[in-house]
Amino acid sequence: MSEAQKDTQDQAEFRSQCQEWLEKNHPGRPDVKIPQGALELSDPKALGWLQKWQKSAYDAGLIGCDYPVEVGGGGKTDCQAIANQEMQRAKTPYLPNIIGMGMAAPTIFFHARDDVKAELLPGLLSGEEIWCQGFSEPGAGSDLANQQTFAERDGDNWVINGHKVWTSLAHFASWMILLCRTDKADKYNGLSYFVVPIKSALGNGVTVRPLIKMTGETGFNEVLFENLVVPDRYRLDEVGAGWKVAMTTLSHERGAGPLVTPSSGGMTVEQGEGVSTGSVASLIELAKRQQRDGKPAADDAVIRDELMKLAIRQEAMRQNSRRAAVPALVDHPARIPLQGKLVATEFNQDLSELSYQIEGAASSLGVTDPQAAAGGQWQLAYMNSFGVTIAAGANEVQRNILGERVLGMPKSK
Amino acid sequence: MAETLKNFGFGEDETMLRDSAAKFFADHCSADKIHALVAADHHIDRENQCHWDQSLWQQIVELGWTAVCVPEAAGGIGMPVVAAVALAEQVGKAAFPSPLLATFNATLVLNACSSDAATKALIDIAAGKATTLAVTNQQGSWNSSDTDVQVSDGKLTGTAYFVQEARKCDQLVVSAKTTEGVGLYLVDTAATGVEVVPDAIIDLTRDQAHVAFSGVTAIELARPGTGNKAIDTALPAILSILSADMVGAGEWLLQTTVEYAKTRIQFDRPLGFFQAVKHPLVNVMLDIDRAKSLAYSAACAVDTGDEEAEKLARMAKSQAGDMAVFSASRAVQFHGGIGFTWECFVHLFFKRQMHSQVLFGDARYHRSRLADLMIGKAA
Repeated sequence: MSEAQKDTQDQAEFRSQCQEWLEKNHPGRPDVKIPQGALELSDPKALGWLQKWQKSAYDAGLIGCDYPVEVGGGGKTDCQAIANQEMQRAKTPYLPNIIGMGMAAPTIFFHARDDVKAELLPGLLSGEEIWCQGFSEPGAGSDLANQQTFAERDGDNWVINGHKVWTSLAHFASWMILLCRTDKADKYNGLSYFVVPIKSALGNGVTVRPLIKMTGETGFNEVLFENLVVPDRYRLDEVGAGWKVAMTTLSHERGAGPLVTPSSGGMTVEQGEGVSTGSVASLIELAKRQQRDGKPAADDAVIRDELMKLAIRQEAMRQNSRRAAVPALVDHPARIPLQGKLVATEFNQDLSELSYQIEGAASSLGVTDPQAAAGGQWQLAYMNSFGVTIAAGANEVQRNILGERVLGMPKSK
Repeated sequence: MAETLKNFGFGEDETMLRDSAAKFFADHCSADKIHALVAADHHIDRENQCHWDQSLWQQIVELGWTAVCVPEAAGGIGMPVVAAVALAEQVGKAAFPSPLLATFNATLVLNACSSDAATKALIDIAAGKATTLAVTNQQGSWNSSDTDVQVSDGKLTGTAYFVQEARKCDQLVVSAKTTEGVGLYLVDTAATGVEVVPDAIIDLTRDQAHVAFSGVTAIELARPGTGNKAIDTALPAILSILSADMVGAGEWLLQTTVEYAKTRIQFDRPLGFFQAVKHPLVNVMLDIDRAKSLAYSAACAVDTGDEEAEKLARMAKSQAGDMAVFSASRAVQFHGGIGFTWECFVHLFFKRQMHSQVLFGDARYHRSRLADLMIGKAA
């Protein structure tokens, strides 16, 4: 049965509206180079092009459809997934405000004051205001609750001091969701959650500095707070409820929250020699072109075996998400969803790592070398793959979570 | 264009069947009962006996499980392959000694033969006649054209090897060579000229034999030149079912080991506190889930006539093979000293998994076939 056949009448109507709009309003090929994903954005022109796309899709009602009208949404029920499917089908570009929509919006929606929701969500959903996430600190990576950034109450305001790191998109961000400490005596109950301005406070309590990745690219940042003054209305939920609020953020980040994140995509972004990385099919194509002692690497028995191991993992991810939607075939509702990030990021890492062996000596060449196979993109993808095996809870932490929450083993702390 | 079912075709009937099987095995086949049944004699030079509970088998026949894959036209229930896969998962989880899965395999091959004799054989299966395939040669080749049995004038001569559950089965589906290719033939296990010679197999929950034929009169099921094709047609379903058995056994090993890791105290803490134990067990879970999703998707592809069925089934069996070894090895290792003993039930499942991983092709074998499908044959 196709997706469309399961639609309610409202959903079916909405789906055809989406299709109609997308047919006429696909933005076409970009006139600037667009990186593989929003977290790699560094060129303001590329961002601007993508923001224009997000705004037009928002204005057409394809983004934020399930949020109430009062906060800038479409006031519909269970329609975001339909818009996502149709945008994917139409091979649209991705949406740039990825942290805003995936993490900030649901957190604000469930925990902010009504006037703050109405103030912030429209600009977030339209993509006009880019959001970033201030969770990680030099001393709080996997141990997220070890926050040292401190907010001190001063009448109707809070004064914030501290240091956030690995902050993607901060160099473009207007706003940040911020987890910080309000009580030094209690690790978990001493945390509070705020939304804080970034762009408008630069030089006035906020400094954003790029961090250089191991690839030599920028893309993420460190953010320093020196006596940043934030009105109390930008606090989400109670003082001391920061950990609870952060769980709303994280459950949506893992795709396990109640609100579906708006997402588009499907447009292949050409890079280098027009190769894409990230799928077994593309690696097989590479293996057919690369020679190994005079024969295609794709004819080497060991390389073939490794390729097929990856093909099986790739297909299993697809079939796992299919099975996760069949309650009769899952033992524990979180068992497959909680595997998602771990399995996908390790697959990508192992896939791009195999490219070194397929390319052989040519894998020593970087993206600027004209002799590099596939424009050096596979090696770059391998190095970048560590960003996601570490981010959002290192995969070692993901294994703890699975072992404890799904298998019920004792906590490793 | 084949239809893709969102729920793998796993509907209410399939759920009911699966749940009743789970209850049946929980009621009758706890690991301690199976251990008492098949592992009473631990001696390495023990006599090669076939241990199974025939009264339970009678109940299974009465429940209609042998008829699950038999078409309604032949007196069966005609359920989709996903139903058999769900049953197989429960069989594996109980490490249940029975000819049920062997009978499923024979049924699927018979479903691919279009002859009155095959229909007759299916009617007998629906009525409870346990049946197994005798289609493997002495080298253990999984190529459907390879057999050490010949047929001439309707009589079988030669030996079939690695025949599963032979001593529990009433009839055999035998592949045999003629000058015009491989045909399939039906023989009663008890017929004159049939000698079932038990193999001393390590897996205590199954039996296996080689079967010698000396001029045995046989009924033709599939004409010479078509028998190997019938086996090939049935293979994706057979691989899905076997993979599901391995998934069930893997889940038993995982849950049992997790339980042990929660209760066994060392260094003043439960074993499961230590990430050196916790993380590999999570990896076992990831492997089981991959195999399970692939097994159900392969079965669904067979049921919907999807051309991806062979690819998905080989993926399922390959993944299940690696998972079987990993789940079994971690279970023994994490049970520590007790896990290494005969009295710990883990060895039943360890041995079943090690046996299953090679049946109908091991993980590397299927990856090699997959590479031919997905990359093209190597020059």
